[in-house]
Amino acid sequence: MTDLTSLQPKTRLVLIGRKILRAGSAPIFVVLGVIYLLASIVVSVANEGTLLSIDALESVLSRSVGLGIVAMGQTCVLIVGSIDLSVSYLISVSATYSSAIMNDDPNKMALGVVVVLAIGALVGLANGLVITKLRVNPFVATLGMSFILSGVLNASFQDYSGAVPDQFQYLAYGYFGPILVPFILLGGVVAAVWILLRYTTMGHHMYAVGGSEEVARLSGIKSHRVIIAAHVICALTAVVTGLYLAARIKSGAPWIGPDGNYSLESIAAVVLGGTALSGGRGGVWGTLAGVMILFVLDTSFNSLQVDEFLQNVARGVIIIGAVAVYTYRINKRRR
Amino acid sequence: MTQPATDGPLLLQMSGIGKSFFGVPVLSDVDFELRAGEVHAVLGENGAGKSTLMKILSGAYRPDAGTITLEGQPVTFRHPRDAQIKGISIIYQEFNLLPERTVAQNIFLGREPRRGPIVDRRAMDSATGRLLAQVDPSGTIAPDDLVAHLSVAQQQTVEIAKALSFDSRILVMDEPTASLSPHEVEALFGQVRVLQKKGMGIVYISHRLREIYEVADRVTVLRDGRKVATVGVTETNMSDLVRMMVGRDLEDYFPPHATSEELGEVMMAVRDGNVTRRLHDINFEVRAGEILGIGGLAGSGRSGLAEALFGVAPFDSGAIELGGERVHIRSPRQAVRRGVAFLTEDRKAEGLVLSLSIRNNMLLAMRSMGRLLDSRLPHPVSVRELAANVDLRATSIDQEVRFVSGGNQQKVVLAKWLATRSRVFIFDEPTRGIDVGAKAGIHDLMRSLARRGAAIVMISSELPELLGMSDRILVMRNGSIQGELPSGATEDDVMFMATGEKASVPA
Repeated sequence: MTDLTSLQPKTRLVLIGRKILRAGSAPIFVVLGVIYLLASIVVSVANEGTLLSIDALESVLSRSVGLGIVAMGQTCVLIVGSIDLSVSYLISVSATYSSAIMNDDPNKMALGVVVVLAIGALVGLANGLVITKLRVNPFVATLGMSFILSGVLNASFQDYSGAVPDQFQYLAYGYFGPILVPFILLGGVVAAVWILLRYTTMGHHMYAVGGSEEVARLSGIKSHRVIIAAHVICALTAVVTGLYLAARIKSGAPWIGPDGNYSLESIAAVVLGGTALSGGRGGVWGTLAGVMILFVLDTSFNSLQVDEFLQNVARGVIIIGAVAVYTYRINKRRR
Repeated sequence: MTQPATDGPLLLQMSGIGKSFFGVPVLSDVDFELRAGEVHAVLGENGAGKSTLMKILSGAYRPDAGTITLEGQPVTFRHPRDAQIKGISIIYQEFNLLPERTVAQNIFLGREPRRGPIVDRRAMDSATGRLLAQVDPSGTIAPDDLVAHLSVAQQQTVEIAKALSFDSRILVMDEPTASLSPHEVEALFGQVRVLQKKGMGIVYISHRLREIYEVADRVTVLRDGRKVATVGVTETNMSDLVRMMVGRDLEDYFPPHATSEELGEVMMAVRDGNVTRRLHDINFEVRAGEILGIGGLAGSGRSGLAEALFGVAPFDSGAIELGGERVHIRSPRQAVRRGVAFLTEDRKAEGLVLSLSIRNNMLLAMRSMGRLLDSRLPHPVSVRELAANVDLRATSIDQEVRFVSGGNQQKVVLAKWLATRSRVFIFDEPTRGIDVGAKAGIHDLMRSLARRGAAIVMISSELPELLGMSDRILVMRNGSIQGELPSGATEDDVMFMATGEKASVPA
């Protein structure tokens, strides 16, 4: 029925439209649109300003880019049916160690980046090995890892440590043509993870392992490798987020990861985007929409100067509501 | 051994296969052979050893004894993948498909065609299209359809296409028609014949005799883990097969039906029951002493009816009467208070707390119903008495319930409801997963429960059980009761009502 090329153009459009609507992440874009509209109306009425004023944008942008990058890694982890609660502290590790190593010396930029990427890969590998080989529940394994990282951090740094050279701050403030470099950074990570999940065998196997480890195993997929790979990818994205934050504030501090609550917020963004916590379903576009929803909320609440506690209540309601809607849709389909 | 009906070369020979679990033999000294272009049925009751034999063939289990020879070469399989690579595919009742992935992604899972690290989607989709064309000539399935959006029959077609993609020489189909309508069964048989013409050998596992006559060339009957016989289907008749399968005539197989003196007052009645989009116009009565059978295909609303009666997914409109009195059953708790018991299809997940002892499971419902100092609470129940009532065989009532057999687990669930003094019992697939010897025990218990004045509603997809146990049968289709059949109805009567299609095979 779906040999698209042989159909009349109109039918073809309808079919493509239906495919998009059927895609798991479709509703979240509707939600995003609605929230964005509501927010812009409320903000413009209350403040006589527009939602996307440069100032408002600027204040939340860094969070959104940082969150967006690590949420892409978290998407992979959730798709294989695992979870990573250690990214907050890994972000701090990345920011502090990189700025300490660079120590304002442009010649050490590459060294700093390579060292923290290697640390990240090791942390991801450790998470993956503990989960697959020792069969520790991922929640517990990565929670334990975050304690370990926090201990190491506090033993190494009490305050801002070293500084990144000015050239490195290009990552946070530079322009490439008319485009702010952070957007390119985020765009690059999104594209890489999208290609991984959609086009590579590794990505296909991630969905398979998360969907049913038994089916994957019977198809000859080495599920342990796939789970480990997802954790390594997630850890690497956390490292990139840490590097970006270091570039932004010039120096890494041990609290920037946990203060930003990146572990839970990245998971929130991913599930907001329709990726199942149980694995096997979801993708980068939903996650990106999830990050944007959180961003729009933050922006509008900030410009309305809404109390921070109330902000969190609203976020909580939206996250729970979105997941309830997904669950309802899936149950309806199974009937 | 009789002459094979086909003279294709010998594909597979299994000889002297034996397998035990925890010292309990489930297969002993079983021989089986398969020729190219042959459909060889394996017939036997649940627990006869069919699945174990097939799991050995497909590499999921390793045999304790015996040899497997594939086209003259002795083989051992360590992993299902080994068997698959050697050309043996198996389609389980529970499909091995990922619902959230496309048809093509499922078929080529783990061996995606690729260019470098990138999956060659176009090659994958077109290869899938070619495979589907062989088994789905009308083109109802597209390579990029999500499996979750396909019907059960279509999903089965995808599994068959997957087997083709492995260039399988041998295809094992485990109860492939369990949830298909006769129309879909016909299409499936068409697919089987296509595969047969290609020279594949097909092992067809079923307990539906009629299908075996239509599709198979030879049949091997298993009983209690042993091979009874291998015969050509043309050389045998149905009652011979039944006798081989159950070891006695079907008439002696079930306890006698209720006599008219044994039927008492109407215990439960439903008037115009509806559940939005699931059940429509449900009307029936069940009397004390009666076993009312509920038949129908999977998805016809049988389980939904049970859930409505027990308050799991209550009726939106209509009324339930118990003992002539209108009652509200909006939750299982209310149902239990009114003396309704539900023995679910999935004992292990819904009927028992596996980590608790037999004793605690038996008292579970009674305890949760009792309030402190409630004078209405029945006298303290003797657990030993309950165990004796259901003829429980266990080393100790403090044993964890997970360690007892399926039949005894079902008896524990029944005892749980006897403890709450239930009067109406809803059995959903009462003997699913219970071995043959124990089945008869459960059937006897059900009948004696009815004789003692209980009303029983029994859902069963096993036609012999439905016909053998029920005093009256209601057949469901598309969420409503299609009609009623008396005891003594035939399998064809039930299937006709369940599907609205005339069975194409004279039985």
